[in-house]
Amino acid sequence: MIRFDHVSIEYEKGKRVLDDISFEIRDGESVGLIGANGAGKSTVMKSLLGLIPHEGSITVDGLEVYKENLSQVRKKLGLVLQNSDNQMFMPTVLEDIMFGLLNYGMSREEAEKKADGILSKLGLEDLKYRHNHKLSGGEKRMAAIATVLAMEPDAVLMDEPTSALDPYNRRIIIDTIRGMNITKIITSHDLDMIMDTCSRVILLSGGRVAADGDADVILRDKELLESKRLELPLSLQTR
Amino acid sequence: MIMTCFVLLYTGMEKIDAAVAELREMDDLAALESPVHSLHPLAKLLTTFIYIFVTVSFDKYDLSGLIVMLVYPVLMFQASGIKMSTCFYKLRIVLPLVCAVGLFNPFFDKAPMLSIGALTVSGGVISMITLMMKGVFSLMASFIFVSTTSLDAICAALRKIHIPSVIVTLLLLTFRYVTVMMEEVSVMTTAYMLRAPGQKGINYKAWGSFLGQLLLRSMDRSEELYSSMLLRGFNGEFSYADVPKGRLADWLFTIAASVLFFVFRYVNVAELLGNIIMRG
Repeated sequence: MIRFDHVSIEYEKGKRVLDDISFEIRDGESVGLIGANGAGKSTVMKSLLGLIPHEGSITVDGLEVYKENLSQVRKKLGLVLQNSDNQMFMPTVLEDIMFGLLNYGMSREEAEKKADGILSKLGLEDLKYRHNHKLSGGEKRMAAIATVLAMEPDAVLMDEPTSALDPYNRRIIIDTIRGMNITKIITSHDLDMIMDTCSRVILLSGGRVAADGDADVILRDKELLESKRLELPLSLQTR
Repeated sequence: MIMTCFVLLYTGMEKIDAAVAELREMDDLAALESPVHSLHPLAKLLTTFIYIFVTVSFDKYDLSGLIVMLVYPVLMFQASGIKMSTCFYKLRIVLPLVCAVGLFNPFFDKAPMLSIGALTVSGGVISMITLMMKGVFSLMASFIFVSTTSLDAICAALRKIHIPSVIVTLLLLTFRYVTVMMEEVSVMTTAYMLRAPGQKGINYKAWGSFLGQLLLRSMDRSEELYSSMLLRGFNGEFSYADVPKGRLADWLFTIAASVLFFVFRYVNVAELLGNIIMRG
């Protein structure tokens, strides 16, 4: 379980990016974190991973997110970045998947076996020996997801997983996300994708939680969304 | 890296794309199969080090002794299936710089060294030529090493000889991200060109802000990258490709090649052959 309890963050003195937010995410939940630019979505992700200091309390499975616990907390979480190039730093897909596994003490044989398993689960066997810089945008995103899932995290955080993808690759990513039976926190402006993948939505505005509840209810609330500089998902808009 | 960026800013976007493609071709070369490719990376690395060490140790006037050192890169190119022209083409920017090193020698060392008919060649000219040859030979040997070995294997070999992890990690990430940065430069150059039609390259007045932007972007990128590494348990040490243990043949290659280099260094093979031919 992930718990934010009265969490506040300020980058500059007096300018709060997150302002006293509290929420809980239960195991196995799929939560869409939505909001206009600058609402604090990325900050929530970063603070959860202990990448920026915070006031208040953030816990992951009862473990407080602070310096001494960071390696344990991070072992439980996986992050898929918006820009896969920043995530795939090893020469080949296989090496990238094995990177984290080897860091956690797995032998090379075990790590490769595990990498094979995750590649086959995601239907990416042909990417195994491909060089990262030669992958297409969609392939790179799928490979980035594989690198995270191979670590078997309890929860996965995804930052704009479908941005800059064509409809075909977007659909593949959505289906992949739906097939992941772990806790998911997804930030995105693609509200149709959020609707497809999340059962719950947390709407952030000005660093505060403006709404928290059933995705189907919040994403259909035109007035609420528009008051927070968002729009109804395209599939719900009538011309 | 900064040097590359300056060159790219001056040249324009088509050349940037071409440079990115060219860099990527190095991976394709390393993926070929040949006896040279199959040699253990550490054996190749050591042989290359020894070759360069022996090559640069030749006396500055020992032109005839040095010329025999060309045998190693030529044989390696033949055995690897990589064309020598590929090497010269890819090194076309560095080669003139290397050749320029001894350019002023003829002005400082005018003592006559050799007479060919009526033509007297000064020591400066000879030392200029040997300096150029040392540079070119060393580059050729280095090229044959990097073009027949994957970067991951090179890094693994460097760690095996205890090169500090920070330096090896820097090498790996620089190579991995140089193409990404070049693509970034390409995008920025395109944006510039579209608003500066008819201009050749980027005006020098914009270079400062251009490089500043690039630096900021690379800093953002490196922060995200580091976060991503931390989240996957990075503790300061990369786990490089599992390079198999060297075979006896690998080490025999290094020993035989090294012995040959030292023979070339201390026995003037060219002179010896010349004497044999003259006597015959």
